[in-house]
Amino acid sequence: MAASRYAADPPDAMRRVELEGLTLLYHRTSGLTHFLAPPAPEILDALAAGPASAAEVAASIGERFEIESEDPAAAIAARLAELEAAGLVWRT
Amino acid sequence: MRDARLLVRLLAEPDRAGEVRDWTSLIALARAESLIGSLAWRLEGLDLPAPVEALLEAARRDGEAARVQALWEAEMARRALAPLGIPVILLKGTAYAAAGLEAGRGRSIGDLDILVPRRGLPDVERALLAAGWEWVKEDSYDDQYYRRWMHELPPLIHRERDRMIDVHHAILPLTARPRPDMAAMVADRAPLADGLFTLSPPDMIVHAAAHLFADGDLAGGLRNLWDIDRLLREFAERDPGFWTALRERANRHGLLATVERAVRLAHHLYATPANWGQLTVADRLYCRRLVARDGWGRAKRPLTRLGFYIRSHWLRMPPLLLARHLWVKARKARR
Amino acid sequence: MNHVFGLKVGPVSFRIGSQWRGPVAALRRLYAGYPEPDGVCDFTVRLEAERIWRRWLRPSVAIRGDYVLPDAAPLPLAQGLLAAEMGMNLQMALGQKRFLLLHAASVERDGRALLLTGHSGAGKSTLAALLGERGWRFMGDEFALLDLEDGRLHPFPRAVSLKNESLGLLNGMDPGRLGPVLEGTPKGTIRHLRPNPEAVARMGEAARPVLILFPRFGRGLEPAVREVGAAEAFMRLTQASTNYVALGERGFDALARFVGALPSKAIDYADTAQAEALIDDLWPAA
Repeated sequence: MAASRYAADPPDAMRRVELEGLTLLYHRTSGLTHFLAPPAPEILDALAAGPASAAEVAASIGERFEIESEDPAAAIAARLAELEAAGLVWRT
Repeated sequence: MRDARLLVRLLAEPDRAGEVRDWTSLIALARAESLIGSLAWRLEGLDLPAPVEALLEAARRDGEAARVQALWEAEMARRALAPLGIPVILLKGTAYAAAGLEAGRGRSIGDLDILVPRRGLPDVERALLAAGWEWVKEDSYDDQYYRRWMHELPPLIHRERDRMIDVHHAILPLTARPRPDMAAMVADRAPLADGLFTLSPPDMIVHAAAHLFADGDLAGGLRNLWDIDRLLREFAERDPGFWTALRERANRHGLLATVERAVRLAHHLYATPANWGQLTVADRLYCRRLVARDGWGRAKRPLTRLGFYIRSHWLRMPPLLLARHLWVKARKARR
Repeated sequence: MNHVFGLKVGPVSFRIGSQWRGPVAALRRLYAGYPEPDGVCDFTVRLEAERIWRRWLRPSVAIRGDYVLPDAAPLPLAQGLLAAEMGMNLQMALGQKRFLLLHAASVERDGRALLLTGHSGAGKSTLAALLGERGWRFMGDEFALLDLEDGRLHPFPRAVSLKNESLGLLNGMDPGRLGPVLEGTPKGTIRHLRPNPEAVARMGEAARPVLILFPRFGRGLEPAVREVGAAEAFMRLTQASTNYVALGERGFDALARFVGALPSKAIDYADTAQAEALIDDLWPAA
């Protein structure tokens, strides 16, 4: 069974402002404002290239950052679930 | 400003804006009738005093923000319900906005209203609860009443976003006398790009007319009638056969008289290009009720209003059920 | 509406109608010297009887207008002035869309503005009123109006509502600036204070904000100053704004610029003299 693939709006649907380590994000599609901490903004960046599974996103992020976790893929999957509940990401 | 007739005239003929002397009263009236957004769009581009223009510009932007929020609620409902494979039909303001209809422009949109086939209700309820919606009221009497007789689930609100959703399975309460053919409404639905649906154009009018007359005491009636005027114009322009289709459909749903009344009133108040006959005596009473608001935003003509309030409840429920319902409500209120 | 009063406060004007003479008379006295609206009013407030007989029998005032709270409890006629004030607050909270509304007090000195924000009871009304008597220009105590284009604060100098313990501040104040003592209100005993003549005369002058303060008042507190991060300030200010969501991206941009450009600090104080001293220390050199 194939793993779920996640998708996000393209970058121009979001307006981001960095304020001391936190990302303030205005999501144009919903009109909602979100506060994101790493790795959430990095996950959205990874999905800008197209839909991907949790493992693929973890791998992509892992190339540029160190994910502090015993199980990076699970940590990324948990963040993806949060982003999905917030409406920033959905499963295709 | 003794009643809403100037507002009505201005919506129909915005070029007459120069005739307005008392903008404060007009705006208060428009706000009370939930028509400030629509009025602001109708008056866009006209040469108005700067402070008036500033207020109307703020109203236009506000309408745009409301549109974004409403369409987002629809999208979140779509995401929650898509896996069920059940048709989800948007209703009212959200439908107009999603379909890009003129009726959606500047419209204040409250809750999300959707229509699903009755057999799909248990699955829809489960999916929404799982996706973060919860019941508004805990009261079990209201719950039983709702589920047995009403045309919708008890109201749900999303716990994070704090926005309500009304899930309908019919357009009128089951206790009401006209029984529209809901299976036909679902079957004839019109697709949107994202997998959601709206009602077909004739059914949209039938719903709006039913909602205007049967689903309340005409509070907000001017706004509902404005929706109908905008919809009728746009649908008729797209399809010359629309008027015939409308009559057929209305007849099928047992709502021909209701739709005819709506068209007569829209023609009389908003100059909708459809002359379906002279106003009846009852029509004139409706007109009186519809424009019964003054320049302070107060509803006037209380006796006319009371008559409509009793009538609207009569339409929803048979007399014994109404008596029981009102008695239980009165008992609870006194406790 | 038998009795009508028009009032302009900063860039916002109100039309207030009342079924009773008393509240309008009280408004006229409290707002003596304020300009009248010219042209259209931004908002309409109505003070009316909930039931017909409530106009005369134990009269109680329902607060209505362009924007209403459906379950709002009416007030006794003796508190009609308070009802009018609450009515104006309600129109702003629910209907103001031209400026980003912050639930905050503001004062100005040397052309630059200070924002005081925080929960009710944090003392910002009292502090702002006090600073307004001590060389600062009072701009408002309930709402601060942030310009969406240029980030300046617009004055909104309504009468300051002082409660219970803060009433001591009024000793020695010109009695002509005071409203009636209102006892038994939902918030205890209240008295309104008209801002001083300078605040009224200059209500049309916006000011560039330079400092955001989160004051915290408590009798046992040691005077202290803490840094507040910009992200935290952003979050707290959105919670303090009734119209942030409705303003969409423009609200987001205006608020992000606001907290990004200005220092935010929290101050603890046990009395107003301490607060004044802390503020003087923090006030940036021109």
